[in-house]
Amino acid sequence: MAIYINQDTRVLVQGITGRQGSFHTGQMLAYGTKVIGGVSPGKGGQVVEGIPVFDTAFEAMEKEPADASILFIPAPYAKDAALEALDAGIRILVLITEHIPLHDAVEIMACAESRGATVVGPNTFGLVSSGLCKIGIMPNRYFIPGPVGVVSRSGTLCYEIVGHLTENRIGTTTVVGLGGDRVVGLHFIDVLKQFAKDDDTKAVMLVGEIGGSAEEEAAAFVSSSMRKPVVAYLAGRSAPPGKRMGHAGAIIERGRGTFDSKVKALQKAGVAVAEMPAEIPEMIGDLLSESS
Amino acid sequence: MKLYEHIGKKLFFRYDIPIPYGKLAENAAEAAEAAADLGEVVIKAQVLSGKRGKAGAIAFAADPGEARREADRILQMNLGDAGVSKLLVEEKLNIEQEFYLAITVDGTTRRPIVLVSLDGGMDVEEVPEERMIRWTVDPYIGFQDYMVREICRRLGVGGELRKEFASLIPKLYRLFREVDAELIEINPLAVTQKGFIAADAKVTIDDDALYRHPQLPVIREKTVLELKAEELDLAYVELDGDIAIMANGAGITMATLDMVQHYGGAPANFLDFGGGADIEKTAQALELLLGTNPRVLLINIFGGITRCDVVAEAFARVKETRGIDLPVSFRLVGTNEAEGRAILQKVGIKSFTTMDEAVRHAVEMDRPS
Repeated sequence: MAIYINQDTRVLVQGITGRQGSFHTGQMLAYGTKVIGGVSPGKGGQVVEGIPVFDTAFEAMEKEPADASILFIPAPYAKDAALEALDAGIRILVLITEHIPLHDAVEIMACAESRGATVVGPNTFGLVSSGLCKIGIMPNRYFIPGPVGVVSRSGTLCYEIVGHLTENRIGTTTVVGLGGDRVVGLHFIDVLKQFAKDDDTKAVMLVGEIGGSAEEEAAAFVSSSMRKPVVAYLAGRSAPPGKRMGHAGAIIERGRGTFDSKVKALQKAGVAVAEMPAEIPEMIGDLLSESS
Repeated sequence: MKLYEHIGKKLFFRYDIPIPYGKLAENAAEAAEAAADLGEVVIKAQVLSGKRGKAGAIAFAADPGEARREADRILQMNLGDAGVSKLLVEEKLNIEQEFYLAITVDGTTRRPIVLVSLDGGMDVEEVPEERMIRWTVDPYIGFQDYMVREICRRLGVGGELRKEFASLIPKLYRLFREVDAELIEINPLAVTQKGFIAADAKVTIDDDALYRHPQLPVIREKTVLELKAEELDLAYVELDGDIAIMANGAGITMATLDMVQHYGGAPANFLDFGGGADIEKTAQALELLLGTNPRVLLINIFGGITRCDVVAEAFARVKETRGIDLPVSFRLVGTNEAEGRAILQKVGIKSFTTMDEAVRHAVEMDRPS
């Protein structure tokens, strides 16, 4: 089992004819993802990586119904494409796009909520249920099946940590990238709730960073309702307040979202907080053998 | 992008939100002239830093002579990194009470949120939580009149004050949406004989939406290097140390900084050159860093979309053209790792495979024993 997506998930690629869209369609197919169609206005009838291209998401859904859609659409046009996908009935929307205007993200989330759809991102690497289905841009080789659920706010740092796990032969159930923006569709708590219910997930790795309050909310959930072991790593210990560290969401504002408050909340909830990425495999390994 | 107070107030004026009478002055003579027109005035430095009051960059003046002296003094101040080049000279308000009003986007609910408190004038973090009303707005419903009634019920106010809120908040919400604001804050919101007046204006526009607001002035609060980095589309923040750091991805760049600090070093900067940069852009990022004259250069690459050979090629090119004679610690793994390693070897750089080794090496080289 896995969360959100599995071997049966049918995936649409919006912006499939672009450089990124076509490249990652190939990568997703190579991973085993069921990519069933693409959308590119004005390019209907073309074929990319063997996948049919449609003019609109509605046409795609009519001819090749999909469960999920991944967007490779430039920021100024991303809202329109996201709303189109949601309106056409997509249940899981993965927004890779960076720099989507804040108010556009707000509208996308409100629409998704009204439709009961799940949005991953924006500014995310996507998500992958290891060995089953990848909807995202992460390098294929690090994501091997295993017992650890991973949820992260950042991309490369997540690869770094999953890379450490893979080297130590610890695989993953599902790896979810929440995205680095201030407004994102999934928070830690949403993903933790899914991992809590997933029988195959035996332990959870949480990769957070400074800014916002998602880690504190996660800590509250862990302390009240999570029975599986959780390990966390947080980036931004050395970050000065008031400076945006690359991600729109990674900023300490008005004394909120500090590294210390997050670590304190997580530790109080019984989460093991790693100081260095390299320590993580051993910490998780120990917790896994304790719990089995 | 933060707006100066006087520009925020211009936006308020356009949306029929009451502001004090005022004039912009660039020197003491203009400030005195404004005071001659306005009578008793308040003189406010137009800078982006928040604590103007505490820093003495806001002053009252009873007459043009005092206005001239105070203006002179404030114009010579240095606040943070910035000097003061403009002053806002406004009529002194007869304030009966000071309230707080703000609209921002709440990441937790993913929605706009209106914050109202009857305790204004002080730092917002000093307002007790139970004295702050937080009203979350569904963007598809927008801000409606009934919300004012409920907010006022919770505040325990009615009559004239409720009428004033009913007139003000919808206009502010419309402004918030139409200019793509991240934050609009009025603190204090002055209660006067003439009704509500926005005594201050703090407006931050979403950088990612600036392209659809060409009418807004461009305001920079960044250092020269940060501006150059912005032109190159690099996420760059200057710090105080002397180990220059470059990595691909915001999270891993932060983690690299943290690890440098953990091993006793001091990062000179945060530089995330993003995913999938080409040779040219990577070389420009490198040159920018070298221009800061760091003692040690630390490069941490975990290649995904970013290709190791591209980063190595960029490094080799910069080394050949401009020379890199400071100690370098290079970590290189991921996509096209072997090719990248070979390129580095040719220019005499041995690379590490783990972040830990590379960071420790960088810190050691920064402190020759």
